[in-house]
Amino acid sequence: MEFRTIEHTADIGVEVTADSLGELFRGAALAMVSLIVDLGKIEGKIEREISLKADDLDELMFMWLNEILYLLSAKGLIFKEFDVSISDCCISSKMIGEKFTPERHKVKEEIKAATYHELGVERRNEGWMVRVIFDV
Amino acid sequence: MEGLRKKGKYKWELPVGYRPGMRVPGCIFADEELMELAAEDRAIEQVANVATLPGIVKCSLAMPDIHWGYGFPIGGVAAFQQKDGIVSPGGVGFDISCGVRLVKTSLSENDVRVRLDELVFEMNRRIPKGLGIKGRIKTPEQLLKKLFTGGAREVIRMGYGIEQDLERIELGGVYPGANPEKVSARVFERGKDQVGTLGSGNHFVEVQVVERVFLPDVAKIFGLFEGQVTVMIHSGSRGVGHQICTDYLGVMDKVSKRIGAELPDRQLAYAPLGTKEADDYMEAMTCAANYAVANRQALTHWVRESFERVYGGNVRALGVDLLFDVSHNIARIERHRVDGKELNLCVHRKGATASFPAGHPDIPSAYAGVGQPVIIPGDMGTCSYVLIGTEGAMRESFGSTCHGAGRVMSRSKAKKTIRGEELKRRLESEGIIVMSGKPSLLAEEAPEAYKDVRRVVDVCEGAGISKKVAMMRPIAVLKG
Repeated sequence: MEFRTIEHTADIGVEVTADSLGELFRGAALAMVSLIVDLGKIEGKIEREISLKADDLDELMFMWLNEILYLLSAKGLIFKEFDVSISDCCISSKMIGEKFTPERHKVKEEIKAATYHELGVERRNEGWMVRVIFDV
Repeated sequence: MEGLRKKGKYKWELPVGYRPGMRVPGCIFADEELMELAAEDRAIEQVANVATLPGIVKCSLAMPDIHWGYGFPIGGVAAFQQKDGIVSPGGVGFDISCGVRLVKTSLSENDVRVRLDELVFEMNRRIPKGLGIKGRIKTPEQLLKKLFTGGAREVIRMGYGIEQDLERIELGGVYPGANPEKVSARVFERGKDQVGTLGSGNHFVEVQVVERVFLPDVAKIFGLFEGQVTVMIHSGSRGVGHQICTDYLGVMDKVSKRIGAELPDRQLAYAPLGTKEADDYMEAMTCAANYAVANRQALTHWVRESFERVYGGNVRALGVDLLFDVSHNIARIERHRVDGKELNLCVHRKGATASFPAGHPDIPSAYAGVGQPVIIPGDMGTCSYVLIGTEGAMRESFGSTCHGAGRVMSRSKAKKTIRGEELKRRLESEGIIVMSGKPSLLAEEAPEAYKDVRRVVDVCEGAGISKKVAMMRPIAVLKG
């Protein structure tokens, strides 16, 4: 799994490529969290499990990333490990992280939301690819 | 700029046919240079995308600060008929009712300069900023409900401001039609304890000096004079707006699928006006609009406290009064004249400001004789403006004008090419104190990451959609 940031005039985007869908969703989560803080600063003290169901993979990606942002914004939780499994537009994930502490985690960017703009989970060669634009 | 037709000195048309499905042309206000900048990213394509939406009236508009956004372009304006038209959360954005207010003082630059460091320190101490920082006002669910419906009026009732402030806020500080029953439990969770917090990104509190007055008669009515210190506050609805937009994109996505809408961008998912989903979104969005204006009111209170603490006396003596507060990410039902007929239209402004002329029913009585103040933040090293609404805006742009300078450089490029610490030193050598918790954020928000706001407002004036009243230069900036 690999990810890189992509240029967007007002906001920030990422492009993620992976061998499997599970890895793609894991990579997108890691890419987003690494825009917010350094992943290395997050400790593994809390475990959470979530499952989400959508009508298609794009919607699932939108819901997945915004769920992680909701957990950060409302519950004050930030995660660094995502053990993801996907089948039939359902995702379930075990996530490991900790309570978010602004002083220690040193925020790089506040992300308001993952958008649908240009969002597309696509087959690429033998694997998968997605681009996501975030509102910052 | 292929496919664009020049229709006047500051006006360009994107003809129907630029992309399939356009129902009306696009219309972009820009001079040659701003048009070239707009053509560098995907913003023009987004103007064309908006033109495909059902019930759009006259044209899909973009202001001179246009740039690539998501869904609508930033700087996008579109009006939809109530019959056959739509409302789209992609035309408002995640930061619902993000906006600006300008606070005046009776102090001069010399009065303020001597203790400017202290003022910035006091504002920084009082104003919570950035991700995960809680506000100083506790907002249990019952109080949040009151803020969602009561906006600035409610927060003033709690002691954060004076009754007179309400006469200086768009629609009297309360956007009508909010219904807290239409927002999810998550909205309440995210809105808790965030009133009176600045946020991050391009949000700021800036101390300024009125450098130049262009329209003395209007400036007098606005209470502005050269050499006067003002404070500009730019913030929005925080987690409340983000969650409402996220929730309703899901709702609109399902509606769009159900009715077989052909969307050029899924972020433009919509519901036809008059449907339950459209009504629900408007009622929920208005909750966020009220939360945003309550937020800016509470921020104003910390600014006033800081002035009192540093310069002594009370805010009345220091003349710390509101000029105006206006949202630049919002959808509203407004009355406009189209082809000789008065119609109620759903006007979306995504990074655009209402610019209503004298006599418009939605402007405060104090300004009824001259027109609505339009507050335009520039970048932190250049200047900002107070403009005034015009009849031209009612004819040309559904009563709208620009909302700022508009970005020209991506955040990642800005971070690569500009060093935050160096920028801070440079601005300080120019007499601008900068306080921010994050040097990288300063780099992202550097003056060179933005278009020249002077050119943007000149185009707005040239196009007749607003007029310059006063220009302010920054002397201190507080960022998230």
